[in-house]
Amino acid sequence: MSGRPRCVVLGVGNCDRGDDAAGPAVARALHGQLPGGVAVIEGSGEATALIAHMDGAATAFLVDACVSGAPPGTVHRIDASAAPVPERLRGLTTHGFGVAAAVELARAIGQLPPHCIIYAIEGAGFETGAPLSPAAAAGAAEAAQRLCAEISQSE
Amino acid sequence: MAARTIKVDYLARIEGEAAFKVVVRDGVVRSAAFSVFEPPRFFEALLRGRAFGEAPDITSRICGICPIAYQMSAVHAIESALGVAVTGPLRELRRLIYCGEWIESHTLHVYLLHAPDFLGFDSGLAMARAHGETVKRGLALKKAGNDIVNLLGGREIHPINVRVGGFYRVPRRREFAPLAEALKRARDIALDTVRWTAKLDFPDLERDYEFVSLRHPDEYPFNEGRIVSSGGIDISPDEYAQHFEEIHVERSTALQSRIIARGAYLTGPLARYSLNFDRLPPAVRQAAQEAGLGATCNNPYRSIVVRAVEVLYACDEALRIIADYQEPDRPAVAVEPRAGIGCAATEAPRGMLWHRYRLEADGAIAEARIVPPTSQNQPSIEEDLRACVTKSLDLEDEALRLLCEQTIRNHDPCISCSTHFLRLEIDRGTDA
Repeated sequence: MSGRPRCVVLGVGNCDRGDDAAGPAVARALHGQLPGGVAVIEGSGEATALIAHMDGAATAFLVDACVSGAPPGTVHRIDASAAPVPERLRGLTTHGFGVAAAVELARAIGQLPPHCIIYAIEGAGFETGAPLSPAAAAGAAEAAQRLCAEISQSE
Repeated sequence: MAARTIKVDYLARIEGEAAFKVVVRDGVVRSAAFSVFEPPRFFEALLRGRAFGEAPDITSRICGICPIAYQMSAVHAIESALGVAVTGPLRELRRLIYCGEWIESHTLHVYLLHAPDFLGFDSGLAMARAHGETVKRGLALKKAGNDIVNLLGGREIHPINVRVGGFYRVPRRREFAPLAEALKRARDIALDTVRWTAKLDFPDLERDYEFVSLRHPDEYPFNEGRIVSSGGIDISPDEYAQHFEEIHVERSTALQSRIIARGAYLTGPLARYSLNFDRLPPAVRQAAQEAGLGATCNNPYRSIVVRAVEVLYACDEALRIIADYQEPDRPAVAVEPRAGIGCAATEAPRGMLWHRYRLEADGAIAEARIVPPTSQNQPSIEEDLRACVTKSLDLEDEALRLLCEQTIRNHDPCISCSTHFLRLEIDRGTDA
């Protein structure tokens, strides 16, 4: 579709739920750092809205918090283009129907961008009203740096 | 004794956490219990002491699916307490944002939560794998609703632009142009959706509900009207508590509502449609009739068709409002704090949502009471379960379980909305 960005970065999560803020933190760190034509969007993680944001893009980067048992702050990079998101790295969601569901639903209806990468940042705590923990903040900074490098190389 | 127990400990494809249990003895349904175990959320208590202007933003957090309904019931009730009337373009914009929420919520339910039951899939994702084009159509329709809420509400979830007296910012006329184009396409999809749902296979069950909804002299109801019922109730929202009561049942963290001295009733699409068919525009009435609906609908499984009809109405109403829109002079009318009590009911997608506030002279909220649609529909959902199991005892347990799940989803229950209150009693004994 004309007018659509060729690449979107979607940082999802709730900024008022501790380390669930990792996704939006990455989006904020990337504002103004990426080439033109790359859209950076902060979102709640509602699946149908995520699918709409990805629609028509050649590349989508989805950034979310996760809980897989790895040390807090660990950054996981998952290529969701070809295979389903592994169960152990399904994003933590406080809204029931999140990133993994969006990716699989988009895949099922043929609307998943050809290149779809998930950056998942291991969270430590998700208390209401809590700030991002230092470990997750470091993970978000690392993810932003790696994303910046990955997007710059591919442009 | 022939005993069967149909039990689901965690019910999927509803908003929130709930379970149900039906007990059959010797071919007779002994009990049908729909239990809510979503933790209580205490929203009414946490509103106490807050400024009246905070109510729309606090109550919108009750639900990620129907935040507009909470905002609308809150602002109308508080405006009633403050003696403020919101009219003209601001009133129209409130109807428009409600159209957006109905489109979003109903479309999600029709395509991803309820249709899988009719088509034999255990999830929306499984259905999407087999019916990709259908689900794609549903997502495109839902997006039109998201776009309305984004533009008027400021963001897609928990919108932040609604205030007592109106809005913080109102759109310029030109901002509506792309939305109108999207809504014209959505209207075509909505009509297709009505026709598509009409072809589904509906279990044969007619229920003798007492329907309860708003009724307005001129409009299909969103924000305003009297509370009426098919059993003869016709009251102002101020009189709600004299006719309806909430009861705590042990198995549920949500209260259950009943008509005083009468019992269960139903709010939501079936009730709105059946009590307001004559308020739908002719084109929407015609689409409903072509889909096999009469002027009333008592088959709960056909609620999926009624939701589709209401989405069609919401698209038409949104297009009408946008076409007629005149930018208001101010985004909100002035409001001054004063002591008072105000009540309001509005029509959330899944049913009537009643709020009552008592305000102090400085505008602080002294008391808040919120009665969400799922609390009101719980007794009817249990009666539906009893009726459906009684009719279908010859089914194997698994088929009967699936039918029970479908029966609950007929009413699109929102569990997280309904668990905002728990009566708490502490027994410390005599020597504490």
